[in-house]
Amino acid sequence: MDMNKDLVAASATPLVLAILAEGASYGYAIIRRVAELSGGHLQWTDGMLYPVLHRLERHGHVAAKWSASENGRRRKYYRITKEGRAQLAAHRQQWKTVDGTLRGIWMQACTV
Amino acid sequence: MTTFTDQPLEEQIAQWRAYLRRRQAVNGPDVEELEGHLRDQLVALTEAGLSGDEAFLVAVKRMGSLDALSREFARAHSERLWKQLVIAPDADQPANTAYTETLVVLGLAVAAALAIKVPALFGLRIDTGDEPFYFRNASLFVFPLLTIYFVWKRGSGVASGLWLALPFAAGAVFANVYPFRTDGDTWVLTVLHLPIALWLAVGFAYVRGRWFADGGRMNFVRFSGELAIYYALIALGGGVFTGFTFMMFAAIDMKADWFVGGWLIPCGAAGAVIIGSWLVEAKQSVIENMAPVLTRLFTPLFTVLLLAFLGTMVWTGSPINVKREVLIGFDLLLVLVVGLVLYAASARDPQAPPDFFDDLQLLLVVSALVVDGVALAAIAARISEFGFTPNRVAALGENLILLVNLAWSAWLYARFMRHRGSFADLERWQIAYLPVYSVWAALVVVMFPPVFGYR
Repeated sequence: MDMNKDLVAASATPLVLAILAEGASYGYAIIRRVAELSGGHLQWTDGMLYPVLHRLERHGHVAAKWSASENGRRRKYYRITKEGRAQLAAHRQQWKTVDGTLRGIWMQACTV
Repeated sequence: MTTFTDQPLEEQIAQWRAYLRRRQAVNGPDVEELEGHLRDQLVALTEAGLSGDEAFLVAVKRMGSLDALSREFARAHSERLWKQLVIAPDADQPANTAYTETLVVLGLAVAAALAIKVPALFGLRIDTGDEPFYFRNASLFVFPLLTIYFVWKRGSGVASGLWLALPFAAGAVFANVYPFRTDGDTWVLTVLHLPIALWLAVGFAYVRGRWFADGGRMNFVRFSGELAIYYALIALGGGVFTGFTFMMFAAIDMKADWFVGGWLIPCGAAGAVIIGSWLVEAKQSVIENMAPVLTRLFTPLFTVLLLAFLGTMVWTGSPINVKREVLIGFDLLLVLVVGLVLYAASARDPQAPPDFFDDLQLLLVVSALVVDGVALAAIAARISEFGFTPNRVAALGENLILLVNLAWSAWLYARFMRHRGSFADLERWQIAYLPVYSVWAALVVVMFPPVFGYR
């Protein structure tokens, strides 16, 4: 399935926030988790994740910290903040509305 | 594992990292973060059975194109594109080199500021009475230190540094042994021409003594233009600083004149040359195009001005009123046009075909030639009336030098427009001509005072 680019971009922020809500993580692991959750249908260009993370960091929705990883390199770990959780809740509300609306009209189409 | 035993793979990663570092919007920690990601990806892919090469191809592909990536980073960090204007050490350069350079530059700037105060120890006061001495020697206080900076920065040997000391020593001799009459014509000529002559020595240090090596001279032209811009900006800041110094001390009824006139302005003006040069060196890649941008802006304006001038002259029939300053005024006009041609050439891709801007440039050069020809004819008709003063001979010589340059440039431009020659010819001509200005300036400094009896 080819996903629309705008849709992928729009879903990036809530998806990242939701994954970080599960626990602190880092770039590569987030990409893996996205692939796993979407069954491989949501393909991101890996590099594009980082500007998203940095933007969230600047807005204070996530906090970042460099610490050592299991392989000895420094790695930047991100965790969600309180503001981030609030933001995630707002995103969730919006997506629910979109989802509900689409569902409504498609159900009608089916019944007709 | 962090590092791969696969040596070619490590090399490929290093290359990728180097490409990434060149992007302005991606800073050091970002590169580290992205590299960490790439390595995680590579581990996963090689564990899945891919060879090093294959894994690298896939991982880089998944990372996305560097252009798109840096565009996204620029969008997320728009301030970084601005922050570049502040000195940040080059990522490829080890941090301690940048630190050493800062120390060297600050040391040289302080040395330049102090050098200008050294004659005061011998009783030559800069603010009362001995200004002629300072004006004559102005370039000698600063240019040697600037040359030292480039000798150090380019890693030229001590031997070449000593060779470069020769022109400065000669300059010091000619500026000081002649018995100039204060405020005489030849004195003014020395003040104006010595810096032009010595700038060539700075140029030699800049190109590391390889004057004819590819691109070196053009880079020096670019450097000179950018330095002029930086210097003007620093001078602007210095003016504000000076104003506040006066204002604040006046508020407590203290006169700051002695400090401003004797220390702040001379020391600041000397030190700013070194600091400005350092900024140009460090920031080349960022404001690289400032001088050419100004050129693009002003070439059309000056073309219109020259055409309007010619048109008005033809229409009204009013001849050029030949006064003393007219020749110098037209010299300056030619300097300006040569500058516009030079900086337009410095920014141009020599391979590109002729475009509208080249038409404009040719029009500018031709109209400048016509204007100058008219002026020269008017002056020549009356030069015997005025007599040959040193000023007039110098101005006439400069006019001829610039005229030759522009006439040949116009010819080369025309050939280029008709696809008979390449733009590189014009560029070569311009940079080959550079030493002529300095040689002529040296001639004025060395020959004119004795020939004209130190008038």
